[in-house]
Amino acid sequence: MRDVAIIGIGQTPVGEHWDTSLRHLALQAALNALHDANIEKVDAIYVGNMLSGEVGGQEHLGALVADSLGMSGVEALKIEAACASGAAALRVGILAIASGMLDLVLVLGVEKLTDTLGGETTAALALAADAEYEVSQGISFVALNALLMRRYMHDYGWRGDDFANFVINAHANALNNPNAMFHRRVTPESYARSALIADPVKLFDASPVCDGAAAVVLAPAEYARTLSPAPVRIRGSAVATAPLAVHSRKDPLALAAARLSARRAYEMAQITPQDVDFFELHDAFTIMSALSLEAAGFAERGQGVRLALEGDITLQGRLPVATLGGLKARGHPVGATGMYQVVEAVLQLRGLAGENQVPAACIGMTQNIGGSGATIITHILEMA
Amino acid sequence: MSGKVAHDWRLKGQRYRLEGEECPHCRVKIFPPRDICPECHKPAKEPYRLSGRGEVYTYSTVNNAPGGFEEYTPYTVALVKLEEGPMITAQLTDVTPENVKIGMPVEMVTRKLRAQGDEGTIIYGYKFRPVLQA
Ligand SMILES: [Zn+2]
Repeated sequence: MRDVAIIGIGQTPVGEHWDTSLRHLALQAALNALHDANIEKVDAIYVGNMLSGEVGGQEHLGALVADSLGMSGVEALKIEAACASGAAALRVGILAIASGMLDLVLVLGVEKLTDTLGGETTAALALAADAEYEVSQGISFVALNALLMRRYMHDYGWRGDDFANFVINAHANALNNPNAMFHRRVTPESYARSALIADPVKLFDASPVCDGAAAVVLAPAEYARTLSPAPVRIRGSAVATAPLAVHSRKDPLALAAARLSARRAYEMAQITPQDVDFFELHDAFTIMSALSLEAAGFAERGQGVRLALEGDITLQGRLPVATLGGLKARGHPVGATGMYQVVEAVLQLRGLAGENQVPAACIGMTQNIGGSGATIITHILEMA
Repeated sequence: MSGKVAHDWRLKGQRYRLEGEECPHCRVKIFPPRDICPECHKPAKEPYRLSGRGEVYTYSTVNNAPGGFEEYTPYTVALVKLEEGPMITAQLTDVTPENVKIGMPVEMVTRKLRAQGDEGTIIYGYKFRPVLQA
């Protein structure tokens, strides 16, 4: 098996891009990544996306992106794993190079959600859940997270406001990220005032619906240095699954797929959680942040919230998370999110995160969660 | 979510009668039916009808509904732990959200889930209501 490295990154700003199509978002991120890698051609393109068909009436994104880039003829596929589609595409790119079958791969995550409104978007996002036994009962994605948050608070005695620091931290970190969707501070007071959208989930607990695209170029680590002055090695990569429906999971608060994928990634990288310098976690909802921290081994069961309460997750803390805004404040363009996490981790490892630079960042971890936790993908990155 | 008649027709045993399965090997009760036992991973196709009694494991209120459910908001959704073991996602009915508690005993009733417009089918299925105290 060959080691794989990231030799180029690219992204678009995250937001409501009324004047930009999915094709142009994809093109912009891809060209930025190719330019950063200083190459013009690749052997394959893997596109992570969840809802282009449902929302935009366009599937077959592999061929579409290859064509848009003037690379028709190249191998190109769309990869789908709900909100984890971005990291899933990265995983496929890593497999392709590690196996020795391909050398240069462009991995792209792209999502264009703002072409639909309200109930249609809510219904589209619910496609990640079990259609016959969850969605048919009128459940929304927000409600699934509310079910988990309510039980978590009940079992471990937390109050709603105990989750505030996840949100405050994400918004503070986004202030210095020009590509983030939100550039406004959240205070404990504004969090407390935020409207309940599905009790106990407040509007501020949830990440926004938005558009965006992010991309990386992968190459074999053995000659990454001849292509890039600052390659970043992929030390760990693992996908794990759990039952699709929350009701089918033995322990709904355990986020079993996160525990499995993190453990496999640690084993592959030969590190422990203590070696991780920062963690780009999947803060689609604050409850997911808490469960992810616990499942990945950074906190005991029921104690993930404590890391936020005690300041461990800030840029100066023991385990900075959402260092450039996270899903909450950079934004959560579903199928692109996993790639934003990786692009931001590369910026940290290259020492290019500006005001938000994590001091002496050597090992970064990203975790991308599909649906309510049925697909969870962990990557561990290190400066080569 | 789908408006396809055959799709809803196929689910009638589950929606009207909570028809699940029992594993012939380890006797675990299974709902929704999946034909493979989630515990011992052996084939499990023996039909088993669940009693419909259980308790609220967790609940929430839906204010922003997915398409097709907008006209019913707000409504309460829950995970109900059935007395035979399986957990089920369902709406609660005949109760206001303030009166729902984790651990509250509930029982299955058949109610309208949604109508597919003025011309489409009306979909019925299980919801759960508080068990009336004698
Ligand atoms: Zn069995």
